[in-house]
Amino acid sequence: MVSVYITGVGMTKIDKHWDMTVSELASEALRIALNDAEIENVDAVFVGNMLSGIVNSQENLASLVVSYAGLYGTPAFKVEAACASGAAAIASAFISVKSGMFKNVAVVGVEKMSDETSVEGITKALATATDSEYEFYHGVSFTALNALIMQRYSYEFNVKPEDYGLWSIQMHKNATMNPYAQLRFEITMEKYLSSQWISKPIRFMDCSPVGDGAAALILSSKKPENRPIEIAGIGMATDKFQSFLREDLLTLAAAKMAAKRAYDMANIRPEDIDMVEVHDAFTIMGVLSLEALGLAEKGKGIELLKNGDIKPDGTIPTNLSGGLKARGHPVGATGVYQVAELALQLRGTPVGVKLDNPNIGVALNLGGLASNCYVTVLKGG
Amino acid sequence: MSAPKYWRIIPHYYRLEGTICKNCGYKTPLIRKRCPNCGSDDVERFRLPREGEVYSYTVIYSPPEGFERHNPYIIGLIKLKDGTKILGQIVDVDPEEVRIGLRVRMTFRRIAVDGKSGIIQYGYKFKPVK
Amino acid sequence: MRPSKPVGIVGWGVYIPRYRLKAEEIARVWNGGMNNMAKALRIEMKSVPSYDEDMITIAVEAATNAIKRFKLSPNRIGCIFVGSESKPYAVKPGSTIVAEAVGATPQVLAADYEFACKAGTEALQTTIGLVSSGMVEYGMAIGSDTAQGEPGDDLDYTASAGGAAYIVGSNKSEFAAEIVETYSYVTDTIDFWRRAEQPYPSHGRTFTKDPAYMRHIIEASKGLMEAMGTRPEDYDYAVFHQPNGKFPVKVACKLGFSIAQVKESIVVDRIGNTYSGSALLGLARILDIAKPGDRILFCSFGSGAGSDAIHIEVKDGIEEKKNLAPKVDDYIDDFVAVDYTTYLKYRGMIRFNER
Repeated sequence: MVSVYITGVGMTKIDKHWDMTVSELASEALRIALNDAEIENVDAVFVGNMLSGIVNSQENLASLVVSYAGLYGTPAFKVEAACASGAAAIASAFISVKSGMFKNVAVVGVEKMSDETSVEGITKALATATDSEYEFYHGVSFTALNALIMQRYSYEFNVKPEDYGLWSIQMHKNATMNPYAQLRFEITMEKYLSSQWISKPIRFMDCSPVGDGAAALILSSKKPENRPIEIAGIGMATDKFQSFLREDLLTLAAAKMAAKRAYDMANIRPEDIDMVEVHDAFTIMGVLSLEALGLAEKGKGIELLKNGDIKPDGTIPTNLSGGLKARGHPVGATGVYQVAELALQLRGTPVGVKLDNPNIGVALNLGGLASNCYVTVLKGG
Repeated sequence: MSAPKYWRIIPHYYRLEGTICKNCGYKTPLIRKRCPNCGSDDVERFRLPREGEVYSYTVIYSPPEGFERHNPYIIGLIKLKDGTKILGQIVDVDPEEVRIGLRVRMTFRRIAVDGKSGIIQYGYKFKPVK
Repeated sequence: MRPSKPVGIVGWGVYIPRYRLKAEEIARVWNGGMNNMAKALRIEMKSVPSYDEDMITIAVEAATNAIKRFKLSPNRIGCIFVGSESKPYAVKPGSTIVAEAVGATPQVLAADYEFACKAGTEALQTTIGLVSSGMVEYGMAIGSDTAQGEPGDDLDYTASAGGAAYIVGSNKSEFAAEIVETYSYVTDTIDFWRRAEQPYPSHGRTFTKDPAYMRHIIEASKGLMEAMGTRPEDYDYAVFHQPNGKFPVKVACKLGFSIAQVKESIVVDRIGNTYSGSALLGLARILDIAKPGDRILFCSFGSGAGSDAIHIEVKDGIEEKKNLAPKVDDYIDDFVAVDYTTYLKYRGMIRFNER
């Protein structure tokens, strides 16, 4: 029975990297991870990315990244699952090692969003995650679909704007400790409440920023001697695609199913989890992520914010890196950042707020409107 | 906008038609050649009801390319009279006056225009019932 | 022109957009606030289409309303003709979009008509011909426009948006009103025109009155009454094309009609001149209130120039059809006034970079 370990981690700061192409950015993170793992070569490279074609006019990305990194000849795959491309790449890499086909593989998640300089342009690019015929046709932005959920959630569970504000405030606070984070400043409730509407009720301060970044992992079937970090479980699931076809708009059914599958594989329960990196592309998704992971009942996710449970010293330390909101969300890369951050935390060398001796970390990466979801469980040695 | 991509969904965009399976009875608001429930290709079109109520909504202030200059505009998740939910813009109403439960009906409007020389896209939007 | 077998209106429907621009607002922007045009043209405000409306969407809404009154299946409609001078596609029929939207395709004849403000009655004349010849069982004719006047020009005060659709059949038991006789009077008179590359029409100012509007309506109406053997006092209502609030009253009086006969059809003071929809909207308002046995003299006018006059007799079938769809007044009364900037935005009259 093959086990899969994370033996190398690499990441770039999330920023507007005007001077780098998407492939350079990816190969940068890849280099750092290879050096970290103290290896020169891998058996395959899995590249997670969503927008290289639409925003960077570049497809055939995996072989280009491998070529930039000087790894000529290495098998290379581009994996796409909208904002979960990173976790989808990790899952694909995991399966390739677990199957015994490969011994050491690299995963790199990369996104270079700033090549699209117009707001309307990047909004349209991200909207390719919605249904082109039945959702985008009507002029929805990806944010708007999430806003439909936030509107209904607030209506059914009587949630106030200030309640969501608690999430953004905590994320920004955590990110001040993370040198790789995009937004490293604290915000106040006043700043949150006065930020402009993007798609009401979603405000600017509810949304993750647009940025560029790449993160990489080396996965290996060879167990390290010192502080091994194992990918103990991966759960994957999809949901009915269109927002309007879902019977229950307020439950992330695919995320919930992915969590169950991951927990079963890793043999854990929600109570065993020491920390999570969840998908707060929008504050509402942060809240619903916690519910999907089984950390709160339906409609009760907000309580975790109000009670301070998501703080580093709370019962379920959440997004110690700063999360998508403040660490950033270069969409195809995020899933790899999440797992990289958990891995470093388990190693004892975190990039954000330090936890005392964590053992189990869980990452949740949502693709599209949680239509393609991945849950990754890491166990520290 | 590609003309064939637009043209193939015209029955839905213009007449709010969906697909019903003659084999298992499953109904979907989408135009499909096969039933998503049982896989049968014995399917036909049917007309969805044109009245419903707002199940959820949002007001877009930051539009995608192709929908600029007329923000803010309202997107509604509409629950039609037969329980089917559908997505569309809500028009002829002040954004402040939209609420969950507002009764609406279908109207025929321009959805978007492809620049100076491309095609005009028509389709359904929703407006309040008086 | 007498149809070879009975022909009548079996369904009618209208649509007027919700937004209005007041004459005083145009005067504020272009005339230092001096609102003399309102008095000169007897107009208070005009209808403005929303940015997502055009002559095709208006035609579809009017057609949908007409089909509600028609009560039968739209696939029995054998021809659909749409008349307009504000087509969004210079080449590509709007009538096919209307036909597709109402469900009359694919076994249907469809075409677009242009004859300035009488394009709608052109469409109606052809429909009458096809129905009475037996070539089609039912036909639909629509006049629809989102008319445009050069900013600040006299026509800016009246050029508005709206449409009306009429379904015609030959089954007497279905008639809301019978079309007994028509008379068309056409000359080549250049009173108002638009060259292909120009955004706004040009016109001959007072030349548009006597040699154009007055002459063609008077001659067509007289020709019709002579053919029918009728006189003005035989009619309950007179409906004329309404470019402003003065002309239809003036031509009515010149023909010997009283103000009482013409006033119910006048809508221009509150919604402006809907061009191809104008006379047909006036007629619809009469059908909304007429009683069986009423007689209507209808006469359109289109610059270029020509008039179609029609003798209409209201039948019993009208009563059960009136309330099946919104009436003209329902649209006139439901309005929101906008300022001039919003007007420019909605009408796409602000310049942007070309994409």
